[in-house]
Amino acid sequence: MRKFKDNFMLGLLWFSAFLTVAVLVVIVGYIFFKGFRLINFDFIFGDYSPVGHGGIWPMIITTIYTIVISLIIATPIGILAAVYLQEYAKQGRLVRVIRFATESLTGIPSIIYGLFGAVFFVTTLKLGMSIIAASLTLTIIVLPVIIRTTEEALKTVPLSYREGSLALGTTKLQTLYKVILPSAMPGILSGIILSMGRIVGESAAIFLTAGTVAAMPESIFSSARTLTVHSYLVTQESGDIELAAAVGIVLIVIILVLNLSATFISKKLNKADY
Amino acid sequence: MSATTLERNNKGTEKFSSNNEQQTTDAKIKVKNLDLFYGEKQALYQVSLDIKEKEVTALIGPSGCGKSTFLRTLNRMNDLIDGVKINGEIVIDNENIYNSSDVIKLRTRVGMVFQKPNLFPMSIFDNVAYGPRMQGIKNKKALNKIVEESLRGAAIWDEVKDRLKSSALGLSGGQQQRVCIARAIAMKPDVILMDEPTSALDPISTLKVEELIAQMKKDYTIVIVTHNMQQAARVSDKTAFFLNGEIIEYDETDHIFSMPKDQRTEDYVTGRFG
Amino acid sequence: MPSPSNENQIVDMKKSNKLKYFFESASEKLFLICAMLSVISLLLIIGFVFYKGSHPFVAEGYSFIDFIFGMEWVPSEDKFGILPMIVASIFSTIGALVIGVPIGLFTAIFLAEIAPKRVAKIISPAVQLLAGIPSVLYGVFGLAIIVPMLQNNFGLAKGQSLLAVIIVLAIMMLPTIVTVAETAIRAVPKTYREGSLALGASPIGTIFKVVVPAAKSGIMAAIVLGLGRAIGETMAVILVAGNSLILPTSLTDSVRPLTTNIALEMGYAFGTHQEMLFATGIVLFSFILILNFVLAKISSKGGK
Repeated sequence: MRKFKDNFMLGLLWFSAFLTVAVLVVIVGYIFFKGFRLINFDFIFGDYSPVGHGGIWPMIITTIYTIVISLIIATPIGILAAVYLQEYAKQGRLVRVIRFATESLTGIPSIIYGLFGAVFFVTTLKLGMSIIAASLTLTIIVLPVIIRTTEEALKTVPLSYREGSLALGTTKLQTLYKVILPSAMPGILSGIILSMGRIVGESAAIFLTAGTVAAMPESIFSSARTLTVHSYLVTQESGDIELAAAVGIVLIVIILVLNLSATFISKKLNKADY
Repeated sequence: MSATTLERNNKGTEKFSSNNEQQTTDAKIKVKNLDLFYGEKQALYQVSLDIKEKEVTALIGPSGCGKSTFLRTLNRMNDLIDGVKINGEIVIDNENIYNSSDVIKLRTRVGMVFQKPNLFPMSIFDNVAYGPRMQGIKNKKALNKIVEESLRGAAIWDEVKDRLKSSALGLSGGQQQRVCIARAIAMKPDVILMDEPTSALDPISTLKVEELIAQMKKDYTIVIVTHNMQQAARVSDKTAFFLNGEIIEYDETDHIFSMPKDQRTEDYVTGRFG
Repeated sequence: MPSPSNENQIVDMKKSNKLKYFFESASEKLFLICAMLSVISLLLIIGFVFYKGSHPFVAEGYSFIDFIFGMEWVPSEDKFGILPMIVASIFSTIGALVIGVPIGLFTAIFLAEIAPKRVAKIISPAVQLLAGIPSVLYGVFGLAIIVPMLQNNFGLAKGQSLLAVIIVLAIMMLPTIVTVAETAIRAVPKTYREGSLALGASPIGTIFKVVVPAAKSGIMAAIVLGLGRAIGETMAVILVAGNSLILPTSLTDSVRPLTTNIALEMGYAFGTHQEMLFATGIVLFSFILILNFVLAKISSKGGK
């Protein structure tokens, strides 16, 4: 009886794993199968046109804009915030409040960020539906990611480095940028790359703050659509699954490249000679 | 507090006053009635000790007796720990180091070598030049000179002069520790604190470091914490025996090892406990 | 002998460190401000969403009860009831959990305990990668494959339904649950397993009676993360939900969960209508807080 039960559970484990892998393979396979015919030079680097399948260069540029702007803002703030929490703050109520806030930000769904961005950046700050409004919203979304990964990276820097440096009559600031941050850099970098992935994959918050204009953005104050929003809209409005899948391929490749480089960098961290 | 500990305290204070009479006024470091608390827990009790210039003073005692804690008060490394409180005074060169707020200046005058070699993940040259650079010395020639002199001073120049630009972490443990000493010397301190500097080293490297200490004492005042009684006997002029956060006995090293006044000192140096 | 010039240089530098101490305290303050920005952001988000969302009830005389329990959402007729959406959100989330959690957990157990090393080394990173794929693509897949499949198999007029939402969400939370739970199970010390095996328990019995309970808090975290992904998902859900404003009574009904209501109407809503979308956001927000709280309670109870 026990043997039967064990075998049954074992079968269930195999089955579940098979199911998971199968489903995920089917999804990725389907996207590739459905979309690969559209992928060519003109599709990726061409300008958008409403007839046919259109190029997606404007969406790629918009996506890059959102990544660059939000990271330019979120990276320094996130790193310095993590530095404060790990290196400066005395454990106490203030730190608990900051940590609680950071964790809570992680749990907020992106549609709520979208609502906030729409009323605060778009309306109150009068930025309008624009790349900049979306990027500022994304800044808040990735801030906790950068803070957390940087904190983890700082934790791996041995205390003895800090002591060794301070004992030489350096200031905390000097110790920070000469010894601590360089040692933590691989971890921080892979955190930043993960945030890029988060930004690329984001849709709801961007949908409500950047709008849906399908054209090359004139400036960061223009409304525009990112790759994910494009993929959503062509499915929703025209049911063009083939086009959505082709955009999907581009998205998956971007995510793949980002993940591989994050893995590569953190592997380097482990191999680094200290 | 029980009667026995009270008695012990009385005895201790008596001894210190007699010690103080022996000391001449040219003491480099004067410690008077030093109490130290980690939060609620008291780690040092009424420690008083005068350290003469250009002598080697060894601090011995069982683990957790407070000798390392005491050493780290001399360059205020305990400031890094939250919740450390100090009463009493430490005077170095007629200046109470806990009254002066310039802890950077203090640490440039009082260097430190740690238990485990803690070189930074940089080249040997950059490690030794680190302290002077942080003090604003940028002149290449001056830095070259400081690095060479410091490495010579730490008796490691010949071993590393051909690989100054390679990673310091490729050196053996014993070599690393001597580069750590060079790094401390590069600041041209008056006092060098050593916190069990050979505990992570093999016997041959230990011997080299001990020889180095003997040479260095003509230029520096050295305070060394050690677990190793033979080491204390070999390298030091004076020895202080710590037990449970108090100094039980402080005297010429020869006296401590050949005719200790206190039974507990005798028990410890003869290896009956610890 | 140290040359006098060097000596002087260092002595000079040791003279005054006033500037350094100024930079020390200034930088610490700057870092504190950066750290406070996440608190400020959170307060701003809560403040704006709650201010906007509570306005109709506080200042315009709408009844909050009618809002929560109202069956009809017709903004043009000033009717704002979101009960169907609340029910749709709850059903789709619970449904996704019921399917996604066991499969995800079993997969995680398989990868951590049963799978040959080489197999796990290929599958685990692949699953991890899939956790990062934009959720929209799951929606596209759902619309292209799952919706027609349901339509044909159940003879529905329209395949976009509660069931489609549940399946898409369950698939979407799989990578998250598998990745986090696998890490938790792998972290259980070997000695636990050895102890149990030494007592004569079977390998499978050991996994379920010893290893999984020991990894409970990590598994709980996996479920909470997967749940968060499911309940907050918007764009993928719009594509497969059908978005009808009826109270779902069966799995094949077309539904409109809370998130999709916001995304669908935010583009053109203004005035009270827009504020009601923020109120919908508040409900979603509270929903997530409550669920996280409940799960935290369960896991802390289980831990004892």
